[in-house]
Amino acid sequence: MMESPSSLALAPERSSEAVIQFHDVRIGFAEGEILRGVSFSVQPQETLVLLGETGSGKTLTLKIAAGLLRPDSGAVDVLGERVSRMSERELLVLRRNVGFVFQEGALFDSLTVGENVAYRLHEDHVNEEEIEPRVLEVLEFVELGHTMDLLPSELSGGMRRRVSIARALVDRPPILLYDSPTAGLDPITSQTIITLILRLRDVYGVTALLATQRLQDGFAFANFHFDPATRRVRRDSTPEKPGTAVTRFLVLRDGKIYFAGSPEQLLAANDPYLQRFLV
Amino acid sequence: MAETPLQVTQPQAGSPETPSLVEVLLDAAKTNVLRIQDYSKLSFRSLTNLATSPRYMQDTLAQMDDIGVGSLPIVLLSGFFIGAVMVLQTGAQFERFGQSSLTGDVVSIALVRELGPTITGLLVAGRCASGMASELGSMLVTEQVDAMRAMGTDPSRKLVSPRVLATLITLPLLTAISVFIGLVGGMVASVFSLRLDATTFWERAIKVLQFSDIMQGFSKTLVFGFILATVGCYQGLNVRGGTQGVGRATTQAVVVSSVLIIIADTFLTKIALFLADKVF
Repeated sequence: MMESPSSLALAPERSSEAVIQFHDVRIGFAEGEILRGVSFSVQPQETLVLLGETGSGKTLTLKIAAGLLRPDSGAVDVLGERVSRMSERELLVLRRNVGFVFQEGALFDSLTVGENVAYRLHEDHVNEEEIEPRVLEVLEFVELGHTMDLLPSELSGGMRRRVSIARALVDRPPILLYDSPTAGLDPITSQTIITLILRLRDVYGVTALLATQRLQDGFAFANFHFDPATRRVRRDSTPEKPGTAVTRFLVLRDGKIYFAGSPEQLLAANDPYLQRFLV
Repeated sequence: MAETPLQVTQPQAGSPETPSLVEVLLDAAKTNVLRIQDYSKLSFRSLTNLATSPRYMQDTLAQMDDIGVGSLPIVLLSGFFIGAVMVLQTGAQFERFGQSSLTGDVVSIALVRELGPTITGLLVAGRCASGMASELGSMLVTEQVDAMRAMGTDPSRKLVSPRVLATLITLPLLTAISVFIGLVGGMVASVFSLRLDATTFWERAIKVLQFSDIMQGFSKTLVFGFILATVGCYQGLNVRGGTQGVGRATTQAVVVSSVLIIIADTFLTKIALFLADKVF
């Protein structure tokens, strides 16, 4: 049994470099309070894996970080801006620096794959000649260059998830929020998605907040890296070296942070609740 | 607190407090006031959005095609038969007094002032308000609306304003077509049923109309169009409960917009008659 799960919880770090910071965030609905004073921070190029059961508030945390939901109390800072106080108009501008990969992809079903990916570029009035190569580039990145003219309904679940990632990164946002990117996918497709997220992290240095129920996904981010030279995923033989991508875990339970720490700390934690994630 | 997910929190001792009737009524009142407030805000924004960029003209044109061209067959068909049935009903009464030539006058005024705008409004509400509610509702439950917001797009600009503008432009045009076809239907019925001369019917139908009659009909179409588009969008963007909620919102959109159109019609008629006396 852990001495005290909360003792491992991260205090809101005062670092001015933090890309995302939650300060005592609370939010509730008619059925009760879902988040009860959540505080954490995400440093640049870090991957913070949000673990928790269904209904523990993972998706809510991501939506609050993107300013899609406003907390009842507490404060949220993203890229140094106080998101929780911004008007919707200001948020629309800020969100262009944040990519959001929704659990089911949330692709616009009346638009083709190419139009979905190009959506943000059209909104920004990017030149038409510039749009197609950029769309093709990100679609090639997710290995779906051949699906440009297909409708989302013609794609498999895993392909939709990959298009969603392509759509989120077309503008190269410095932050990506992933909502259960591998949920409901077979192991092989899940592996493809994880590889893609590793590539984004290790090639573009994207900061990520990733919600998942699958601990193995989190350990994949902690133990593997994408080698751009060989274009292969490699297992890290040594613990994280300074300057390399950092992966941390944050476990939500009953609306609070139950655990926060490194993969090694999670593995070492002798807590029955955390052990269930390790099984 | 539950130790494991399989354990549930023990139920509280004693039965839960049953809310009193007053509390239930107060809650219902608060909910409805909140809905009216949200609807008013959305409606207001749908218009103010048109004054500033970005404007989605491509989406507006697509909606005009869907609402205008798409509704044309039902508007033409119903317009023709409403004009014809008006002639059959009123003509029979006028014949008793030997005044069947007045049929054209009555049918024309009724179609331009009242039946054209109202019936077209109700038909388009049935077809398009439901379509808007189901489309936007489906987008909401599949997180497409959130995705739009996450990509820096204001859904009220991208989804609501084009639909409202498209309806405001197309409903008056559809009504004008409906009235014209209604008069044609009336003329056909009067020729074959009342043995009236087609030219006489047409001349009387046109001559009896005054500018105030046309303005009354036109102003109604603008209000009806605004009601059906905003109600359809509001219901769609406030879906609760997944696909079942989408179905409920679709029904609600038709019911609420139809009832509001009929209520608005009463007040608009009163105002128009007052203005016709004072202004025109």
